[in-house]
Amino acid sequence: MQFMLILNETAADFDRRNDPVQAGDYWGGWTAFIGAMAKAGVIVNGDGLQGPMTATTVRVRDGKRVVEDGPYADTKEQLGGYFVIDVPDLDAALDWAARAPSALTASVEVRPVLPPMPSPGS
Amino acid sequence: MVDAPDRTDARRAAEQAARASYGRLVSILTARGNDIAAAEDALSDALVAALRSWPETGVPRNPEAWLVTTARNRQKNDARTRRVREAAEPELALRSDLPDEGAAFGDNRLALMFVCAHPAIDPAARAPLILQTVLGLDAATIARAFLVEPAAMSQRLVRAKVRIRDAGLRFAVPEPEDLPDRLGAVLDAIYAAFGRGWDSLDTPESPEAVTGEAIWLARLVAEQLPGEPEPKGLLALMLYSSARRRARRDPKGRFVPLDRQDARLWDRNRIIEAEGLLTAAARAGRFGRYQCEAAIQSVHVQRPVTGRLNLSALRTLYDLLVSQSDSIGARIGRAVVLAESGALDDARAELDGLPAERVQRHQPWWVAQYRVALLAGDTAAARERLAVAIGLTDDAAVRAYLVDLLP
Repeated sequence: MQFMLILNETAADFDRRNDPVQAGDYWGGWTAFIGAMAKAGVIVNGDGLQGPMTATTVRVRDGKRVVEDGPYADTKEQLGGYFVIDVPDLDAALDWAARAPSALTASVEVRPVLPPMPSPGS
Repeated sequence: MVDAPDRTDARRAAEQAARASYGRLVSILTARGNDIAAAEDALSDALVAALRSWPETGVPRNPEAWLVTTARNRQKNDARTRRVREAAEPELALRSDLPDEGAAFGDNRLALMFVCAHPAIDPAARAPLILQTVLGLDAATIARAFLVEPAAMSQRLVRAKVRIRDAGLRFAVPEPEDLPDRLGAVLDAIYAAFGRGWDSLDTPESPEAVTGEAIWLARLVAEQLPGEPEPKGLLALMLYSSARRRARRDPKGRFVPLDRQDARLWDRNRIIEAEGLLTAAARAGRFGRYQCEAAIQSVHVQRPVTGRLNLSALRTLYDLLVSQSDSIGARIGRAVVLAESGALDDARAELDGLPAERVQRHQPWWVAQYRVALLAGDTAAARERLAVAIGLTDDAAVRAYLVDLLP
């Protein structure tokens, strides 16, 4: 069963990425976490994302494109990356989620991936 | 020709299988695919089919196996229909390697309870879900026990079952390293069911409608996890308190407090069983909340034997209970024991130290405050506090008892 680990981070987490003192610990934590998942062979795919200040949000209203600078919502935690993993059940997915560095500082949302849509006429 | 007794036998066999085996059959049918609602539907269809065909064909040698096979056939048909819709090949493959009728199937009720009390399930839904899926209690009865509108309770149960099916919760007894935490949630849900039965559902006509079912569930967990002490502790706790049921009301229906109860009305068999369970639990050398609460009950039932309440034992046990699982109830209990032992200042400090917003409308806190004031000789304060407690009391018999105490 596939689950997405939605990795949220705080503003302080995003700052640590480039902080000369803390960057080593920050990236070391993620490398260890991703390495453990890779070794267990559970990763389907995944990426880290650049910080929310690089986000651009698009909405189409009344046929007009409205482009905004910034993420879709201004919240204390922002999406920092995601992984889709293939594990037997939610309990196993939660075990991985709890090991993500951002589980300590922010949160990890775990959601089952929607099974593929049937092709028309099958 | 089918004569009447056969029909009655068939009906009785079907009803017996339904009542005694409901949770076991649901757990077997749920084990693949996690769909409790579909398992319940398939089982109730199989029961209807049994009532229709057993009077004609006779009761099968193994009624449960017949029901499981019939229900599984229905599940397979459902899956076949779904395949067209969802292309669910892997699931169908899983369902097709079912054992033959008559093959021994295990007991998955414990796994069913663990999935119902899973951390990903709303705590408020856990006890109702266990009552429904393991015991087959209907949603209306459960709603009454939990003082919730039937529609709201049905919705809560449906939502929890959808979550178990779609969110991929593990349908298994947890690994040893996770067992203590997860077992605590199962035991808490069973105890919540017992408490609800105690408070609102059990009536003079059916005195153990829900409490009896809770005891049955705890017995099941204790039997299936013989190495764990806490299920024995919980079972002992519930046996002690249900043993005193008949002594709680006098012949006129008036409330009788624990220290005035006629011990001859206590159920000796239950007390003996509880004492044995507590001793067996202690052998594991792991003390816990339920063993502690049961031990407190044990001290109370010794009063008629020794002629006095062992307050110092109670004090030690309440200290342990607060250290095991701190709660408002444990602290109020400790305060009362302190007051009865003469440590009035300590009792007062304990009660006044509790968060005001949690105790302002909590009846036991006001009764404890009344008791402390009375023992301190402050009649005016005692009267005032008792009046508040009376206003917060739902049970008419208890209210009448408290009114009689007014100084």
